[in-house]
Amino acid sequence: MKNRMSLLVCGGTGCIASQSNEMIDLLRTKLAELNMSDEITVIKTGCFGFCGQGPIIKVQPDNVFYVKVKLEDIEEIVNEHIVKGRTVDRLLFEDPKEKERVKEHKEMDFYKKQYRIALRNCGFINPEDISEYIAVRGYEALATILQENTPNEVIDIMKQSKLRGRGGGGFPTGLKWELTAKQPKGQKYIICNADEGDPGAFMDRSILEGDPHSVLEAMAVGGYATGASIGLVYIRAEYPLAIHRLETAIKQAREFGFLGKDIFGSGFDFDIEIRLGAGAFVCGEETALINSIEGLRGEPNKKPPFPSEKGYKDRPTSVNNVETFANIPPIILNGPEWFSSIGTENSKGTKVFALAGKINNIGLVEVPMGTTLREIIYDIGGGIIDGKDFKAVQTGGPSGGVITKEHIDTPIDYESLKSIGSMMGSGGMIVLDEDDDMVEISKFYLDFTQDESCGKCTPCRIGTKRMYEILDKLTSMEGDPEDLEILEDLAVNIKHSSLCGLGQSAPNPVLSTLDFFREEYEAYAYRTKKQFYKIIPDKCIGCTKCSRVCPVDCITGKVKEVHIIDEDACIACGACFDACRFEAIEKP
Amino acid sequence: MAIKSLEELKKLRASMQKSIDLRKKGESDDNAVEVLVGMGTCGIAAGARETFNEILTIVEDKNLDNVKVISVGCIGHCSMEPVVQINMPNRESLIYGKITKENAENLIQTVIVEEGYIEENLLIESFVKAAL
Repeated sequence: MKNRMSLLVCGGTGCIASQSNEMIDLLRTKLAELNMSDEITVIKTGCFGFCGQGPIIKVQPDNVFYVKVKLEDIEEIVNEHIVKGRTVDRLLFEDPKEKERVKEHKEMDFYKKQYRIALRNCGFINPEDISEYIAVRGYEALATILQENTPNEVIDIMKQSKLRGRGGGGFPTGLKWELTAKQPKGQKYIICNADEGDPGAFMDRSILEGDPHSVLEAMAVGGYATGASIGLVYIRAEYPLAIHRLETAIKQAREFGFLGKDIFGSGFDFDIEIRLGAGAFVCGEETALINSIEGLRGEPNKKPPFPSEKGYKDRPTSVNNVETFANIPPIILNGPEWFSSIGTENSKGTKVFALAGKINNIGLVEVPMGTTLREIIYDIGGGIIDGKDFKAVQTGGPSGGVITKEHIDTPIDYESLKSIGSMMGSGGMIVLDEDDDMVEISKFYLDFTQDESCGKCTPCRIGTKRMYEILDKLTSMEGDPEDLEILEDLAVNIKHSSLCGLGQSAPNPVLSTLDFFREEYEAYAYRTKKQFYKIIPDKCIGCTKCSRVCPVDCITGKVKEVHIIDEDACIACGACFDACRFEAIEKP
Repeated sequence: MAIKSLEELKKLRASMQKSIDLRKKGESDDNAVEVLVGMGTCGIAAGARETFNEILTIVEDKNLDNVKVISVGCIGHCSMEPVVQINMPNRESLIYGKITKENAENLIQTVIVEEGYIEENLLIESFVKAAL
């Protein structure tokens, strides 16, 4: 029997954690038992992006999209869908709004408004098989420019496309390459920055796991344009799967002659090596990254000189982000005009966002620049969990700020986010609902940055620590009104006097939330914030001890039944917390 | 095996295209023709697998890129198995019975390529009329 069906099983980190590897093995065993191994192929792909619904199995050509598949469901999929051709309805995605089962991914709101360029092959090809990448026009961009264009022409293509760095800063990629190319001849380098460190962000990891060849191909294009013969991928060691797939991809690319000497018979030599980082946030800053690759402490340097003049081993170096690279092959194949026709006036193309937090459809989404936050949250994201009210979205991680209800209809691009006090960042988007406490959120980010500060410059090293202490004092209800002024003053000073991007942007979460939610800070500073203890119903056994010690008699409940604390009456004295022997009471 | 030119790469790509064809077909929705083969127990017993296989081969030989061949459950005409339903854009769905390895070629050629009918195997010509 001929090959009649393909089963695409997600092999991203998220789905593997939910046993997708075991599912692939089981599928293959079951198919072998049925003698169907030749007619049905099981393909391990990269991330589909719909991580909240993982593990995902897609059946082609039927175009059926199964979600939240468990190991025990495999037998049913094989017996029903594969043998008898009947769709297993209970494993189809249920639309959170319509409460209806949706069979095809194209009909899901999550995918409808997406436009996938960087993620084009994620969830479509097997990332560990170079022939599948070749089948989707892989390495054609590299072959074309080597045959038809001079390095300067490649730079012109990039400039015309108006592609900007996707790592957060938004520096024009063509210009960055030109600056490196303009330096006197000699050894040059091109570095792929895969040191993705924002909490909640996983765009780069998914691209490397799902489509590693596109990054390698683009690095070779960049090498040709800038005159670099060596490319380095700086990736954090905590991304083992991405590293494994990159290594496999590099090996396969060398076998086919896409990396190495005299690529496509053009005389151009280029090879790529991997450098592992230890996972320090500051090493995502390009000068710190270069120091780390050289074996020095991961600390930033003063700029200028920029890496394009003096980078790795003091040679001209271009540092570009993973997602930036992933956009490059399609730009060359489809032309720069195609790319610059997508997006807004100053931000072209698409951007990948990692949607997380209190949102129904958690996952990776790629949308054209200029898409509004409302579309991302309500159309693609399926709205807020439990139908609660939207409060804000945190973008840009520890370097960014919040976007509130007021700006929910702002088209998202580099400039518009900056003008409302946030930033694009690498693309993490954490959705907050009405219950989230903005001061606690700021404290979380400050805790992160003060921990990740490399310690080289004083404002960042000491300043972020002091900011964190003030926030801690406030949330412990020990703050004073003047703390807010000190906090703001510190924030502005750290922003202006820090050496690198980490320190310069570390106060952003505080400044932005102070701007939009000052009353929440004031509630802490004036100690007027209403605080109350809560009972965790699952843990309460109804021993009545808490209600007996409560000085204001605000705990009610019968023996052996779950007790309840009256939030309005609670004075947050903590007597119940101390009395409970079952850890059933939650502190405010 | 080092590839030394764009032409060589394109040749290589053409040879690898097959591996992702099924997926490409599944994704595309313009002008897609669906050939649904009933693969319930009765269908399989009556030779639906052979029919299915034959249709796949014919579609491939004729380079019918817009045709998806999909196995489905029992279509309901168990006495007329193997049963094949053909969904074409801008045309009502048709159901044919007793489609075997031997007459599959005729079916694909007449119905899909020439957009005609085969009277003797036609079970349901129009769902609208059938409902009446």
